[in-house]
Amino acid sequence: MLLRARSITKTYPGTEGPIEVLRGVSLDVDAGETVALTGESGSGKSTLLHLIGGLDAPDSGSIALQDIEITALDDAGRAAVRRDRVGVIFQQFNLIPSLTIADNIAFQARIAGRYQANLVSDLAQELGLAAQMKKYPEQLSGGQQQRVAIARTLAAQPRLVLADEPTGNLDEETADAVLDVMTKLTLDSGAALLMVTHSERLAGRLARRVHLRNGAVA
Amino acid sequence: MTRAVFAALLSHWWRNPLQLFTLMSGLALATALWSGVQAINAEARASYDAAAATLGEGRFDQITRSDGGLIDQADYIALRRSGWLVSPVVEGRINGQRVIGIDPLTAPGGLGPVTMDGGNIAAFLGGTGQLFARQETFDQLGETGAEQVVSADIAPGTVITDIGIAQRILDQDGLLTRLIVDPVQPVRQAKLDTVVPYLTLQAARSDTDVGRLTDSFHLNLTAFGFLSFAVGVFIVHGAIGLAFEQRRGVVRTMRALGVPLHRLIVLICVELLVLALIAGVIGVALGYLIAAALLPDVAATLEGLYGANVGGSIALRPVWLASALAIALGGTLIAAGGALVKLVRTPLLASGQRRASAIAGGPYNWVQPAVAGALLLLAVLLALFGSGLVAGFALLGSLLLGAALALSMILSGVLKVGSTLARGPIAQWFWADTRQQVPGLSLALMALLLAMSTNIGVSTMVSSFRLTFVGFLDQVLNAELYVYTTEDWQDRAMLDTVSNRVGSVLPIMSTGSTLAGHPAEVFSARDDPTYSENWKLIEAIPDAWGVLARGDGVMINEQLFRRTTLQLGSDLVINADVTLPVIGVYGDYGNPLGQAIVTEELFRQMFPDVRASRFGLRMSPGDVAGLRADLIAAGLPKGNLINQSGIKAFSMSVFDRTFTVTTALNILTLAVAGFAILMSLLTLAALRVPQLAPVWALGLTRRQLGWLELGRAVLLAVLTGICALPVGLALAWVLLAVVNVEAFGWRLPMFVFPGEYARLGLFALVAATCAAAWPAWRLARTPPSDLLKVFSNER
Amino acid sequence: MNARTAILAIALFWPVQSLSQGFAGLGIASDDFAQPAPQPVFNFPQDHGAHPDYRIEWWYLTANLTGPDGTPYGLQWTLFRTALAPGTASGWTSPQMWMGHAAVTTPDAHYVAERLARGGVGQAGVVADPFEAWIDDWALEGPTFDALAMRATGADFAYDMQLRATGPLVFHGDAGYSVKSGEGQASLYYSQPFFEISGTLSLPDGEVAVTGNAWLDREWSSQPLSEGQIGWDWFSLSFDSGDKLMGFQVRGDQQAPFTYASWIEADGTLTAYTSGAFTAQTLKADTVSGHDVPTGWRVQLPDKGVDVEVYALTPNAWMDVSVPYWEGPVTIEGSHTGVGYLEMTGYD
Repeated sequence: MLLRARSITKTYPGTEGPIEVLRGVSLDVDAGETVALTGESGSGKSTLLHLIGGLDAPDSGSIALQDIEITALDDAGRAAVRRDRVGVIFQQFNLIPSLTIADNIAFQARIAGRYQANLVSDLAQELGLAAQMKKYPEQLSGGQQQRVAIARTLAAQPRLVLADEPTGNLDEETADAVLDVMTKLTLDSGAALLMVTHSERLAGRLARRVHLRNGAVA
Repeated sequence: MTRAVFAALLSHWWRNPLQLFTLMSGLALATALWSGVQAINAEARASYDAAAATLGEGRFDQITRSDGGLIDQADYIALRRSGWLVSPVVEGRINGQRVIGIDPLTAPGGLGPVTMDGGNIAAFLGGTGQLFARQETFDQLGETGAEQVVSADIAPGTVITDIGIAQRILDQDGLLTRLIVDPVQPVRQAKLDTVVPYLTLQAARSDTDVGRLTDSFHLNLTAFGFLSFAVGVFIVHGAIGLAFEQRRGVVRTMRALGVPLHRLIVLICVELLVLALIAGVIGVALGYLIAAALLPDVAATLEGLYGANVGGSIALRPVWLASALAIALGGTLIAAGGALVKLVRTPLLASGQRRASAIAGGPYNWVQPAVAGALLLLAVLLALFGSGLVAGFALLGSLLLGAALALSMILSGVLKVGSTLARGPIAQWFWADTRQQVPGLSLALMALLLAMSTNIGVSTMVSSFRLTFVGFLDQVLNAELYVYTTEDWQDRAMLDTVSNRVGSVLPIMSTGSTLAGHPAEVFSARDDPTYSENWKLIEAIPDAWGVLARGDGVMINEQLFRRTTLQLGSDLVINADVTLPVIGVYGDYGNPLGQAIVTEELFRQMFPDVRASRFGLRMSPGDVAGLRADLIAAGLPKGNLINQSGIKAFSMSVFDRTFTVTTALNILTLAVAGFAILMSLLTLAALRVPQLAPVWALGLTRRQLGWLELGRAVLLAVLTGICALPVGLALAWVLLAVVNVEAFGWRLPMFVFPGEYARLGLFALVAATCAAAWPAWRLARTPPSDLLKVFSNER
Repeated sequence: MNARTAILAIALFWPVQSLSQGFAGLGIASDDFAQPAPQPVFNFPQDHGAHPDYRIEWWYLTANLTGPDGTPYGLQWTLFRTALAPGTASGWTSPQMWMGHAAVTTPDAHYVAERLARGGVGQAGVVADPFEAWIDDWALEGPTFDALAMRATGADFAYDMQLRATGPLVFHGDAGYSVKSGEGQASLYYSQPFFEISGTLSLPDGEVAVTGNAWLDREWSSQPLSEGQIGWDWFSLSFDSGDKLMGFQVRGDQQAPFTYASWIEADGTLTAYTSGAFTAQTLKADTVSGHDVPTGWRVQLPDKGVDVEVYALTPNAWMDVSVPYWEGPVTIEGSHTGVGYLEMTGYD
């Protein structure tokens, strides 16, 4: 099992007392799977994704990635998990504005020590970015920027791609195209995809679907 | 990973060269002014040290003639043969260079040219002799017939040679200037006054030595330097704050992609240190240029004011270099510290948005006014109850800092009043918006306040000093020509030569004494209108000069007046037989000793053994040159004839040099303050767009907005300038009435120079306008699409 | 004494230094100076005065004294003259330089003072008749060379002495021509060993009235030692028998020491002994002010039956002056008994 999450709870302080965002969520994802994580606003889907990606730590429960218990890791250990095992694609594209597209795509692979020039140019080709490599992020459209973010994630060859509303800022047509290429490339590389979306349409394009309601799997 | 992350961090600067320029130039400017001033100070101190090492000045007791004249060499021998271990010194000037003759055999340990060794002692003592000096000194000195030995250990402007050679080239055969007293004396020796009555022993004057006297001058320089550095750190703080703010998202992204936080922090520190090092090196180079440009003027000032010799060229000292770089690095760390702490504390998932409050520096909203109030209260208490030099400086510090911290509060208040008085929506918005800008600009405005008030304070002090000193010179140097005599035949020759050619001859007699328990001198004054016409009395009874002439009173100098409880009318014991009421107090600048003046007749009765050896000759200025030539022809040594106009011209040139330095530093500090404003405005510019966009949308043109931005900066500068005026005047008052009195014992009257302040205000305004012009121009050209973005969700 | 002054004094008073350091001829050609010649003819009182055409000269007085309680004391008063060039001149240009050393030795302390002066300005000098030798407030002066007053002061001591000669001057070597090496270096050398001395020592503990005997050496030369001679040991011994012995050895770094002795009978009759007759061997040494100095000697002059052990009154008689050496009173045991003075150079 690639990802095994068990009984995860997470509470955030709110203005009117603590908000229980996750109440004992369990989730398994296998290699080669594409899973959509859906739910209403505030259902806890983004939080679950962040916890799996090691961006935050759960209050209780366990998250094992390739049998590594990431809830037991410190900041540096979780940074290593993000670097070496998972790739996160955000709703905001989170490109580094001062680097060229080529450098942005290469960035995560470089810090993970898995940079392959061939892979980067292949990804750029597949994602239609080949002509943009010397440009800066601000010179690209939203769809192009999100494709750069996807290329950046895949260039580092993660085992699990986590995507948080990756097409949320894109129009429907662009969103479908981006999702298609993301799914294809993830599966080509033998990784798994876990995508948060509130869109039924997009969720339907993935192999499996997990629905959260009020912090629990529905 | 390190390379990729480092490259990503650095790429920020290449994409934002303006920020890089701000950071580097701010740091370089700060380092430059600081290190430039420090270089000047270090050079001056090195010169004092060289002087102390070669001459033992200030370290040893000295024996001199009470009347300031030359000592007969036979009297020196008489002292040696009476058991006095003293060493002769001959001193004089040739072409402006100080020539000092010493006797290495009797000089106390450590005196004499350091490079002189046993190998050439015969050459030093005998034959044509050897002169030791720096090359630049020899260039001025000219040919003397003696061998010239270049030595960097000798104080600037000073020539050391054997006493015999010095007597020859100074034309002072058989005459000595002073005697250095060896600290170790034999168990028994004759009393000084029984051997040579006209000589007096002066204790090594540790409290009035060159270092102490020049300290106030160096303090001024250091204050300027530190101020500039503080302003520079403000600039760097702004630049780094902006860079951190803009990279907040990048940092978050990098962390999300798996870069550990500690690695990021280390790399950011390395990045800053590299930048600081580069900026530091640039700053040191600039500082060197500043120092080299200012040093000749500083040197002339120090020599003129205090007789301290300072070399005319800057040597690159490793310590100075290291300290300048350390200051650059330290300044960067100070400026970056807060931003780094904030970075460490930011949770990974917190917003990547820039926040205006981060740049405005919000958290101390109530702390700042409280601290400002406490400091200003402390300043008032120190002014009322403090005593001592340390309290004086503490007063200075708390005044400046308190005023700076109170500034944004005061500006806010004024702007609030402005906005309530404003009519029309645009005016109201303008005032309110200006008020909103104050926190963001407060560091730059504080810098401007400090720069302006320091400039006002120092200008006031220097100008007051000049005005007072010129008046004092007129008072003291009232005779056109002064003659010193050492022998009776010289008196006769002098009187024969001048008879019927001068208005009056004023003999000046003096003797060392103790007055009211303080070491002092008693002087004689002949009843002559010269005194009543020229001397300005700080306090006096009516017709004081008439009372003095009748022998019914005594006048004392300000030093004695301030050190004792003497008041007008108090009785002062002059000696066992004579006690007189104090009838007047006169200013006596630059004299460490107390002094009293009695009429000539009384003086002769009290001190019949004191011979008049100084004479002031009154005549029309046109006759001075001719009479001087005739006196020299009559056999009086050139060095004993002192031309009043020469001294005055010299003093004036000294002050002009002082002004050059002060003006240069004024302009430099204001320029740095202007730069701080520019950088703050540029830093704020990006944040201004969302604030201005609604106004634009409501119908103001971008051009109008640009003008309003410029007007806002000018308004803030003007308000700051108005605040700076009282602070600067208070600063001047502290310098003149507190620090000076504590340091030197006399109080300088304070004069105000509105014209000077207006000029300074204009400078500041120009600096602020220049600084605001470009950001305003950029704002006026902001593409509408950028303004529109504000209303989209994309930000 | 600071380093610079020391260098200065070494440079000026090179002959003394050359004894201890062995660097002969400091680069100043001695050809210009007058040279001692055999068969000298002395002319008094003029020859009591300075000989500025010679490079080096001294008036060297040592005394063994006794206090009211029998405590032994030693006293030294020395005026050295050295010339940068032969001749005199008035004023600072005079090439004549002067150095004074004064010392008082008690059984447990040694007080030293030093003065330096230029000639030509009146700070120091020697006038033959009436005799006056002075540097600063120190003086050795009197109407004749036989009746002198002497005084010196230092930072922690002073003395005032009266001297009266009870015997004739004696002339060492060949009638005053005193050879100092196998290569013939020589000086002109006579002494007045018959001074009775009395006066007051002012010491930190108070004043002490003292009496005793003093020995005054007069010597001048232009190149007294040869290269390779590194120092000397000089003895002036006054035996209770009334006889006196002046003996010295000049130590070489290679060759055997060059020795000389004068045997002086109570009436002033002098017998001169050439090298080898007089011997001195170290019996013990002490470390004094960081220097290893012999403070016990076996001194022999077999021709007069002298075989004595000579010990320093106090080992601590190091003269910590610009040209350091050891100089102090000694006691004598063995074939003869008495007191004397010992000077040793070249041990630093």
